[in-house]
Amino acid sequence: MKRILVGIKRVVDYNVRIRVKPDNTGVVTDGVKMSVNPFDEIALEEALRIKERGGAEEVVVATVGPAECQQQLRTALAMGADRALHVVADGIVEPLVAARALLKLVEREQPLLVLLGKQAIDDDNGQTGQMLAAMWNRPQATYASKLEVTDTTARVTREVDAGLETLDIDLPAVVTTDLRLNEPRYVKLPDIMKAKKKPLDTLSLAELGVEPRQQLKLVRFEAPPQRQKGIRVKDAAELVEALKKKGLL
Amino acid sequence: MSTQILIVAEHDGKTLNLSTAKCVTCARGLAEAQVTVAVFAASAAAVAEQAAKLTGVNRVLTIENPANEHALAAVLAPQVAALAAPFGLLLGPSTTFGKDLMARVAGLLDAPQLSDISAIESATRFRRPIFAGNAILTVDTTGVAKLVGTVRTASFEAAGAGGPAPIEKAAVEVALPTHTRFVSVSAAKNDRPDLQTAARVISGGRALGSADGFKILYSLADKLKAAVGASRAAVDAGYAPNEMQVGQTGKIIAPELYVAIGISGAIQHLTGIKDARTIVAINKDGEAPIFEVADIGLVGDLFQVVPEIERLIS
Repeated sequence: MKRILVGIKRVVDYNVRIRVKPDNTGVVTDGVKMSVNPFDEIALEEALRIKERGGAEEVVVATVGPAECQQQLRTALAMGADRALHVVADGIVEPLVAARALLKLVEREQPLLVLLGKQAIDDDNGQTGQMLAAMWNRPQATYASKLEVTDTTARVTREVDAGLETLDIDLPAVVTTDLRLNEPRYVKLPDIMKAKKKPLDTLSLAELGVEPRQQLKLVRFEAPPQRQKGIRVKDAAELVEALKKKGLL
Repeated sequence: MSTQILIVAEHDGKTLNLSTAKCVTCARGLAEAQVTVAVFAASAAAVAEQAAKLTGVNRVLTIENPANEHALAAVLAPQVAALAAPFGLLLGPSTTFGKDLMARVAGLLDAPQLSDISAIESATRFRRPIFAGNAILTVDTTGVAKLVGTVRTASFEAAGAGGPAPIEKAAVEVALPTHTRFVSVSAAKNDRPDLQTAARVISGGRALGSADGFKILYSLADKLKAAVGASRAAVDAGYAPNEMQVGQTGKIIAPELYVAIGISGAIQHLTGIKDARTIVAINKDGEAPIFEVADIGLVGDLFQVVPEIERLIS
């Protein structure tokens, strides 16, 4: 079956103002809204569109994380994914572990395409997609802003520092998504009801034969230094004066 | 961890990208660092010569192969991995080039990666921003035999001229994949300074109203010899191309002067400019969050203020 695997991550919602805990051991997550990582939502939307165009028959969504991640998997099912895979893992899941777990799912599911967001907005690592592609020994196209899939290849437009780069890649492959690839659909209430009946399988890292290694110790979280409050000027002339005084003109 | 550090050079085939000189400064933050710069190219001589002249570089390796003409991560990563044995730390810049490549290298080596390193505290302590810069994380890497990292270029000065360090050809015996093929890169050519390295940057937001509206910015930028950037909203609206985007998912910059025009200042934008020396904000909404970080703020109509500034400095 022509299948797309989409990796998603549960993160603190995009709109939440992040606060560092007073004891510097993390950021405040109690009572904070959690969501599907926005870049992963774009990845899922793209997978659904490919399926709707007839380019795939099934969209499977997967995550690696604690029990609460099921909420985000249900959201993904409500968006339109056909089934979900939850690899249960507690504590910090480093990108190498996430990629290793996804590789095991790839071996089981044999997808023609794996789609993920280019980075998660919590740890801003931006590693999992590339690591998966490396371990799988398959092509990667990161930062995709356009994706055209044929039976055996894909043409991907990537947002790079120089502008837009186009690559041709053989399938199967890993593609990570950038902001302008698409605008994800809103979930409708009937779809949320329907999603409750869709299959959601739970697996453990041990079942997959993946070791839950944590190699990087998170020592301390701090709020970033604040900039000093500046001055207000009333017009262009005062602005130019102020810049001259600072030696900037 | 060995103090041998490998830096993968970013370049366009002719010119070494300034981001590499910033990686060198980052690497030099480690005591007793021995810094090797690797240049992967179809023909590497010109770029290698520039890398060899950076102060703090001990050695430059050139890996020449027609397959290295375009920097494809799938092609470069196995070559970087093949060179990795003697090195305790492998660094690339936190640009789209380095972010794409280094995590693939880390995957091949089964080595953990630190993204966006903003400071080195010791051989095993690094700092990096997370949550779009809303928190700074200190990470301890004790026990890690081989570490991969990307360097947040806005956090480091570029290494100056020195050397020259010796240049050696390296032979890499590794099969290269053909499953990933370069087709094209499209970038608007202009004579303005490069956004990532410019001393002055003028950025526009959605308030510019159209691609045409950006013309008053280009005009002022040319007077100031400034690069032009844009907010995500302006890029999404099609007023400016993607390579101009500044922010969490665009470019992270640290110019001497940053002028934000018609930009409200979403946190994702602010994370891209917080290292600017002086921030100027021009916005008609006096409550806009950009004013919380601005050194100089002006509440007014940008379509009157911007041409007026240009007239005053002409």
